[in-house]
Amino acid sequence: MLIRIWGSRGSLPVSLGTSALQEKIVKALVAAAGKGIDTEAKARAFLGAIPDFAVTHTFGGNSSCVQIEGGGSEYVICDMGSGARELGNSIFNTHGPDKPHSFHVFMSHLHWDHIMGFPFFAPVYRAGNRIRIYGCHEALERAFRTQHSAPSFPIEFDRLPASIEFVRLAPGRRYEIAGMAVTAKEQAHSGDSYGYRFELGGKSVVYSTDSEHKLDDLAETEAFADFFRGADLVIFDAMYSLADAVSVKEDWGHSSNIVGVELCQMAGAKRLCLFHHEPISDDRHIAGIWRETRRLEEITRSGAPLEIIAAYDGLEIVI
Amino acid sequence: MELAERHAGKALVLGASGRIDHSSAENFRVALQPHLEQCKTGTFVIVLDFSGVEYISSVGLRVLMLAAKQVKSQGGAIGVAALQPVVKEIFEISKFNLVIPCFTAVSDALAALSPSALTSHGAA
Repeated sequence: MLIRIWGSRGSLPVSLGTSALQEKIVKALVAAAGKGIDTEAKARAFLGAIPDFAVTHTFGGNSSCVQIEGGGSEYVICDMGSGARELGNSIFNTHGPDKPHSFHVFMSHLHWDHIMGFPFFAPVYRAGNRIRIYGCHEALERAFRTQHSAPSFPIEFDRLPASIEFVRLAPGRRYEIAGMAVTAKEQAHSGDSYGYRFELGGKSVVYSTDSEHKLDDLAETEAFADFFRGADLVIFDAMYSLADAVSVKEDWGHSSNIVGVELCQMAGAKRLCLFHHEPISDDRHIAGIWRETRRLEEITRSGAPLEIIAAYDGLEIVI
Repeated sequence: MELAERHAGKALVLGASGRIDHSSAENFRVALQPHLEQCKTGTFVIVLDFSGVEYISSVGLRVLMLAAKQVKSQGGAIGVAALQPVVKEIFEISKFNLVIPCFTAVSDALAALSPSALTSHGAA
């Protein structure tokens, strides 16, 4: 399976500003001083060798959108945050705009940051495309239609040329969709959210964002450990520090890197992908959280290692 | 979980040990609770001696957060001291070193939270 992160940011898209960009350039130029870098090829090779992720990369700013490739011709997507715009454009660039496709979209929930990319997802404007949107919320279809209504957007939902269907799923039930086994799990979030576990050919991916974990509920903790059990990859809401998540931001509906590591260790998962980054966090801060999380995994490890990944827009993960 | 009690002037030093994780955090909370209720303005401060604690999970940290919150609302004071290196790192990564005062040694905690207790601690 191949997982592509198109949007990793939580709550609100952000962009890399000029001062942050210049800071990266300054650090790279200083590091390059005296190294005879006088061609673009040498510069690219040099950048590839800089170990500081925050200098050479940005975690990116699109809100939640993740693609799961299982080898079939149909697209499987989790959430329609602003990252969906780039996914749609990529499909057009790869196949041209006129080739029809089938899309299966799984919605964690219907908050704005998770649906805002849909009106900018180019395939909805091409007849012949078939888009099935799955979710567990009663308001699933209404949320998408409302977003396309005046005064929020100029093109009414009913005028979209693509064939669009909405499919309600029941949490806890195992479905066969796009060649994968898919199971949803209810999560604690304002208005509820749902995580999804995808299984194919002995591999498994869990997409679990916008999920707060009440630490004093042991049964619920064990239920999530079961949901994550043996997963090759868990994409996890690590928006806050633990201290914030259990104090000033309690009941805000998000979790932490600490709880992500604990649940994945309990579950025997292989990889943890820190996801839904806090919008106020810059690249250096997120890179610090990533580094600390790797360290936490190292000092608390009792079994097989858990690989710690930090999601960034454009990241591809092969499992 | 039993907490080893030691009085030092106007301070109560409570020694915890072992792992404070999902299976033991509730016992830790129950053991701590009676002491928290007594920790008010003008009574005594609580120093948690963590020199015997090998690991603390998120659930255990949450118990400490609630303890700190309760004690503060009562006008008391509480701190954690003598963290083992692994536990110290967990506090730092979780940012819990910003939630509850952490000290290198019990004597440092007493000096900061209850200077008069330090004399008793030193004499003990």
